[in-house]
Amino acid sequence: MIDWLGPEEWQAVRLSLKVSATAVAASLPLGLLCALALAKGRFPGRQLLNGLVHLPLILPPVVTGYLLLVAFSRQGPLGSVLEPLGISFAFRWTGAALAAAIMAFPLMVRPMRLAFEAVPPALEQAAATLGASRLRVFATVTLPLALPGVVAGAILAFAKAMGEFGATITFVSNIPGETRTVPTAIYAFLQMPGGEGAALRLVAVSVVLAMGALLVSEWLSRRIARRVAA
Amino acid sequence: MIAVAAKKRLGAFDLDAAFEAPPGVTALFGKSGSGKTSLINAVAGLMRPDAGRIEIDGAVLFDSSARIDVPVHRRRVGYVFQDARLFPHMNVAKNLAYGGRHDRDRVIDLLGLDGLLDRRPAALSGGERQRVAIGRALMSDPRILLMDEPLSALDAERKSEILPWLERLRDEAGLPILYVSHAASEVARLATTVVVMEAGGVKRAGAVAEVLSDPAAVGMIGAQEAGAVVRARIAGLDRIDGLTELALAGGRIVLPGRLGGIGTHLRLRISAQDVILSRDKPQGLSALNILSAKVTAIDEGPEGVAVGLLCGADRLLARVTRRSARALRLEPGQQVWAIVKASAVAPDDVSGAT
Repeated sequence: MIDWLGPEEWQAVRLSLKVSATAVAASLPLGLLCALALAKGRFPGRQLLNGLVHLPLILPPVVTGYLLLVAFSRQGPLGSVLEPLGISFAFRWTGAALAAAIMAFPLMVRPMRLAFEAVPPALEQAAATLGASRLRVFATVTLPLALPGVVAGAILAFAKAMGEFGATITFVSNIPGETRTVPTAIYAFLQMPGGEGAALRLVAVSVVLAMGALLVSEWLSRRIARRVAA
Repeated sequence: MIAVAAKKRLGAFDLDAAFEAPPGVTALFGKSGSGKTSLINAVAGLMRPDAGRIEIDGAVLFDSSARIDVPVHRRRVGYVFQDARLFPHMNVAKNLAYGGRHDRDRVIDLLGLDGLLDRRPAALSGGERQRVAIGRALMSDPRILLMDEPLSALDAERKSEILPWLERLRDEAGLPILYVSHAASEVARLATTVVVMEAGGVKRAGAVAEVLSDPAAVGMIGAQEAGAVVRARIAGLDRIDGLTELALAGGRIVLPGRLGGIGTHLRLRISAQDVILSRDKPQGLSALNILSAKVTAIDEGPEGVAVGLLCGADRLLARVTRRSARALRLEPGQQVWAIVKASAVAPDDVSGAT
C-alpha cells in the first residue's frame, strides 16, 4: 500500500484521515445535541435549527468556504477574536477540519436523529418511573438503543469529510502538507502534466473508502430496528 | 391510604375524578376511554393534571394549590405497563436491577424469576415479560404499585398463570396497589376497593364486596360482567364425584373440581346471571346449590332487573328478566330461594382469600 502510493499521495491520504477524524470527533457532541433536539425537542425555532443544520447540504460549497474565509480571516469577526487566543483556522489544516465538519454536519445529524426518533418514548417513561433522572435515561436507554444510528452518522460524516473539496479549497487553499487533502490533491495532480497516474490512484482510494463507509453505515442502521424491536 | 383528585382537559375529553382508598388493591374499573389510564398516569407523573392533589401514604406527589409537582423519577411509583416495556438491550437481571435491588432475592423468589435472569426480553413469553416487569417495579422500592391492565395483552392461559403471582403480591408484599382493569373477574379476584369510572369521572367507589353486589352498580359494570364476591371455606371434598363443598355464611354450595384442602378460605365470584330465583323451595332440581336469601334491593335497568340478596352475611346478586320479576312479585324484604348453577363458576373466579 505504501509502495503503491507515492510520498506526496501518501501525505495527502494521511492528512485527509487526520482532518476527517478531527472534524468528526470535534463535531460529534454538537451533532448529538442537534439530533436529540430535533428528534425529541418541542421548542420554538426547531424548524430554523433544522434549516441551519441542513444548509451546508444545499448551499454551493464555494459559498460556505467563502463565508468561512470572511469570518475566520485575521480581520474577520471570528478570526480577530480567536487570533490573540492562539487559535487560527485560515490556511491551516484545522481550517480544513472546520470546513469538513460543517459540510459533513447534515449527514452526521440525519441518521442520529432518525435513531433517536426510533427509541420508543414508552421505554424512556418506564425508566423515569424506575427513578432514573433525564440524564440517566439518556445514558442508559436512549443512547444505547440509538447507538447504531449514532455510529452510522459518524461514519457517514467521516466519509463526507474525506471527500470535501469546494469549501476546503476556498477557505484554506491547497497547501501541500498543510491543507492538501485527497480531493484537493486529485485536483492538483490533474492540473499537472503527467499527474494522471497519481490522480487515478487517489481516486481509487476515495472510491474504496466511500463505498466501505456507506456499507458499514447501512448495516448499522439495520441493526437499530432489530435492537429496538423486542 | 391513597387520595387522588385530578382534573384535566384532554381535547374533547374531560377528566375530573377523585377517590380515596384504604390499603390493599384498589381497582380502577371501567370501559376503555373512561379515563382509567389517564388517572393512573397522573399518579405516576406522566400526565400533569390542570388541578388536583395526589397523596400516597402521607407523601404529597402533586398539589396544584401548593404548587407541588414531584418529578416522575422522584415519585417512587412502581409502574407495570400493559406492554411490560422491558429494556430490549438488557437481559432480565439488568432490567430487574435498573430501578434498584430492593428485596432482590425475595422478589425473584416471589415471582419465580430465577431461571430467566440471563435471558433477553425478546426470548421471553408474554407472561414471563409481565412477571419481570412486576419484579422490576418492586425492586425499585416503590411506595405504590401502579398496574395498567397488566393482563390484557395475555391469552387466557397466561392470565391464569400470572393471577396467582398477583395474589401472592397482594398478600405478601403489603404494598398499596392501584390496578386498572376492564375485567370484572380480575377485579373480583384481586381488589379490596373498587373505583368505577365512566366518561372521565368516578361513578362509584367502595369495598369490592359491596360495590359488586349492589344492583344499582350493574349498569356501570355491565350486565354480563356483574356478579357478587363472597368468601367461602372448603368444608368437604367428594373424591368420587370430583366435587368440593363450600361453606358460605348463608349455607353450603357444591362446585365441580378440587379447589383446595379442607379448611382453606377462598374468594368466590358468583356471576349474577348464574343465580336463579324462586319463591318456593325448589324440588327435584339438578342444581345442588339452593340457598335461602332475603331480597335487599331491586334495580331495573335497560337489560333486565338486578336483584340484591342477603344470604346469611353474604351479599349475592341475581339478574332476572322483567317478566320474571313481575311473576315473582319481587320486593325488598321478601324471602326467596337462590339457586346457584354449580358448573357456571369458572376456575378463574375462585381464588385465595384475604
